Amino acid sequence: MSASLEAQNLQCIRDFRMLFSCLNLQLQNGEAVQVQGPNGAGKTTLLRILCGLRSPDEGKILWKGRDIAEDRAEFQATLAYVGHAHGIKGDLTPLENLRFWSTIHPVKQDLIISEVLQAVGLGAYENILSRRLSAGQRRRVAIARLLITDARLWILDEPFTAIDTEGIRMIEKVISQHVEQGGMAVLTSHQPVTLDCGMLRTLRLQ
Amino acid sequence: MSIQPGLAKGFFALLHRDLVLGIRHRHELLNPLLFFVIVVTLFPLGITPEASILKAIGPGVIWIAALLATMLGLDHLFRADFDDGSLEQMLLSTQPIPILVLGKVLAHWCITGLPLVLVSPLLAIFLNIPPDLIPTLMLSLIIGTPTLSFIGAIGVGLTVGLRGGGMLLSLLVLPLYVPVLIFGASIVQTAIGGMNPAGQFYVLGALLVFSMTLSPLATAAALRIAVH
Repeated sequence: MSASLEAQNLQCIRDFRMLFSCLNLQLQNGEAVQVQGPNGAGKTTLLRILCGLRSPDEGKILWKGRDIAEDRAEFQATLAYVGHAHGIKGDLTPLENLRFWSTIHPVKQDLIISEVLQAVGLGAYENILSRRLSAGQRRRVAIARLLITDARLWILDEPFTAIDTEGIRMIEKVISQHVEQGGMAVLTSHQPVTLDCGMLRTLRLQ
Repeated sequence: MSIQPGLAKGFFALLHRDLVLGIRHRHELLNPLLFFVIVVTLFPLGITPEASILKAIGPGVIWIAALLATMLGLDHLFRADFDDGSLEQMLLSTQPIPILVLGKVLAHWCITGLPLVLVSPLLAIFLNIPPDLIPTLMLSLIIGTPTLSFIGAIGVGLTVGLRGGGMLLSLLVLPLYVPVLIFGASIVQTAIGGMNPAGQFYVLGALLVFSMTLSPLATAAALRIAVH
């Protein structure tokens, strides 16, 4: 059975305001979805619901046909999430950050973390404390986290924030490759995203 | 193919990471320790330098100061991880959250609790506690202060998502600290009176095992709610 993510009838109410209701989403191998909408439309909330950090007020999320609330461990083993707060420790170097992350997450075999840092353009910075890096460079460390796992599903909240044009192309390429290899991605971004290959659908929140 | 990290590996990795972070953040670590030393040294100045009175109140003073110093450092337990998103990443990891909580609390104790134990002999001498009872005092603190950290972790887990949760944290945690304080302080008092404090040691030990077993589970549940 092919891996798939399915959101059924999602509803979310926040501070007595309906963010969205009857939201359905289906994602198959090799597909990507860009969630769009004005500020405050609930993009981040939707992403947090999709990765199981928040439970929806109604509806459910299915991973391979099973509710993620019932089988958290299996779902989380195939998930990589980069949120608004990127989870990079300022007092650790990028190398230490990724090394720690690789011990609490399933990682690729024969992984060499330095090579991953090279790939995101931080080869020269691997031993500098992360708080000395720029905001964009810290975000690149978070993106590097995606590359050390072989998670099927990537959930990315504004991955392009504070990233320069060259970096945006790099991230787009990384996502394209992931999707091309049969992965799935859900991302939010205010700017148009172009993937070299693979399908990019758009989901618009009002 | 991916490599699934083992349980012990995640635990030790987090322990190691938090100890490294603690050492790189020394000033935060010194705060509770300094507080502990200042409070205890002010007692002889504020009450009386009379040796017999100090000897009577000494164990209680050291225990109260240790308890307050622990509370002072509690908020740091999950705050940084909550603010920078590391906590979300841990909750989304494949490791069981209680194991990670156990690692975090132990690291936190090594950074904030252990220094209190190590400096306590010096303070015991200030307060005229007989030198031969110093090992007893240290042992009571070694068993008692991790219990305080474990109980505190539940409160921190519940309040980390709130703005200004500090007040609430004290109210939640303080009542649960009372038994630890009573038995901990009475260990040295009993020993000064020439009796065997084994009974209090057993109760304190039982409290440690109890909190160490159940607190990670409760804290994990609280953290899930906090990031909601």
